[in-house]
Amino acid sequence: MATELEPPGTSVPPDDLIKAVPLRRPGRIVVAVVLVVLLALFIYGAATNSAYEWSTFGSYLFDQRISQAALITLELTVISMVIAVILGVFLAVMRMSDNPVLKSVAWLYLWIFRGTPIYVQLVFWGLITTIYKHIDLGVPFMVQFVHLDTGSWLTPFVMAFLGLGLNEAAYMAEIVRAGIGSVDEGQHEAAVALAMTWGQTMRRVVLPQAMRVIIPPTGNEVISMLKTTSLVIGVPYTADLYSVSRQIGGVLYRPIPLLLVASAWYLAITSVLMVGQYFLEKRYSRGASRVLTTKQLQALATAQSAGPADGGKA
Amino acid sequence: MTQSVPSVSVAPDGQPGNLMVDARSVQKHFGALQVLKGITLQVKPREVMCLVGPSGSGKSTFLRCINHLEKVTAGRLYVDGELVGYEERGHKLHELHPKRAAAQRRDIGMVFQRFNLFPHMNALDNVIEAPMMVKGEKKSAAIERGRALLDQVGLASKEKAYPAQLSGGQQQRVAIARALAMQPKLMLFDEPTSALDPELVGEVLDVMRNLASEGMTMIVVTHEMGFAREVGDHLVFMDAGVVVEAGPPREVLANPQHERTKAFLSKVL
Ligand SMILES: Nc1ncnc2c1ncn2[C@@H]1O[C@H](COP(=O)(O)OP(=O)(O)OP(=O)(O)O)[C@@H](O)[C@H]1O
Ligand SMILES: [Mg+2]
Repeated sequence: MATELEPPGTSVPPDDLIKAVPLRRPGRIVVAVVLVVLLALFIYGAATNSAYEWSTFGSYLFDQRISQAALITLELTVISMVIAVILGVFLAVMRMSDNPVLKSVAWLYLWIFRGTPIYVQLVFWGLITTIYKHIDLGVPFMVQFVHLDTGSWLTPFVMAFLGLGLNEAAYMAEIVRAGIGSVDEGQHEAAVALAMTWGQTMRRVVLPQAMRVIIPPTGNEVISMLKTTSLVIGVPYTADLYSVSRQIGGVLYRPIPLLLVASAWYLAITSVLMVGQYFLEKRYSRGASRVLTTKQLQALATAQSAGPADGGKA
Repeated sequence: MTQSVPSVSVAPDGQPGNLMVDARSVQKHFGALQVLKGITLQVKPREVMCLVGPSGSGKSTFLRCINHLEKVTAGRLYVDGELVGYEERGHKLHELHPKRAAAQRRDIGMVFQRFNLFPHMNALDNVIEAPMMVKGEKKSAAIERGRALLDQVGLASKEKAYPAQLSGGQQQRVAIARALAMQPKLMLFDEPTSALDPELVGEVLDVMRNLASEGMTMIVVTHEMGFAREVGDHLVFMDAGVVVEAGPPREVLANPQHERTKAFLSKVL
């Protein structure tokens, strides 16, 4: 980096690629060292602190009751998210429709389900069989087609995923609405001008673009739902990961290592979900950016060196 | 999608087939705001009509009425002899079912100022999307024709590129190919070069010029007076929702009759 003081513009810069000396940032190094030391101290403390009872942790980590409960937690998460996404799309479309009745119904739904705590809602679901003993479908006061005793099919598991799913639908509705709203109006117009129907326009043009905005927060919602399932004790439903860990820990009089077991499982599942989210986001960001992948750039460079250049030197 | 007995509402006193576009006192209101105040004009097949006028004069609105992106609120508008957006039964107009309205749009291509390509599809997929979805064309056939169209607009090498990786001029040429893929009998252009850098305008106009010479019927909203003079069969000057002046482009440009036309032309020429 021999910079002689020359008037600008007189010297021709060398043709080779710039190899600059990277900027040093001493502050960063100090902060990093402090953090690493603190982390090491914490790990050392945790490993040697007998309260954690790592041997118990080890022997129960792969206990069959625990893995069974983790599976149920996963089921609760998946089922309630499926309900939430489907219902959420409907609510979002209702909120964006011109029909004032549909709009108000959707608004009321969101107001109630987002305005009350999920735990309270779950407790309510648990009481629903005493509030509504049976459900009748038919013309009010006249004919009755269907008569269902709520107690017979509203098991605690069903109430748990209904409670979680219906609550989450309110949040998903807002996420979907934001996603659809983020798509340029010209997209809708171009599709309609090509004689595509409303359904085709939504499915092929609007929703794929909305996905880019919908998926990241939905991924967060899935991860958050995984942990919210620990509240189904409010129903009460007690076969999920958290409840089972508490039960085993209670019987053994060793709650701490069992809480660690549960945490390890939650963390593991969350990590898997995060990987899935990464790939989904990548898939739906196609065409979103001018930035090309290394592979695409390589292909362009090859094409350029092979054929005549398109517009002078690149 | 085959239509069951399309009861075509034929222009009463005109002979269908003689005119591609037949606008008779077309009005458009947005609530209390009247944007089109009775537009009457006609375009024959294979003709190119250029539409000019100051901002807000209703040029885009008129184009959007032609393919029923907007509902005409008074007057009658016929495309290829068929009433746009409505069906005349007795003395009453009935709104068309969205499917019928879509069927009318199939034969009308539209090109927008801001391209409006589908950003999540590459150039070729943009072009083959509507033929496959709307007309139910086979993918292989659609691809073959899509490639030919991209070649026609000079972008054969860009079929895999996404819109964000193309220049404005290239994007607009893909958009033209996309509209042509539906094999329209009428093409509408709404200021197709206004969003482009000056050096990219020419490549888009070249494509449009070729299209005109192949006999495509076109209505072009534009500020490119050179293009209008050279390619247009008619020049229509609109202001505040009315047609102020219309005629052969050379005459209107060289010898405008109306004060408002003179004032406008002195600004854009
Ligand atoms: N959806 C709408 N609702 C209300 N008013 C509208 C709507 N669309 C257009 N207008 C109004 O109609 C008038 C004509 O608009 P239009 O877009 O047709 O003008 P234009 O001639 O295309 O202008 P420009 O050259 O700026 O594109 C404007 O005053 C505009 O504000
Ligand atoms: Mg306009």
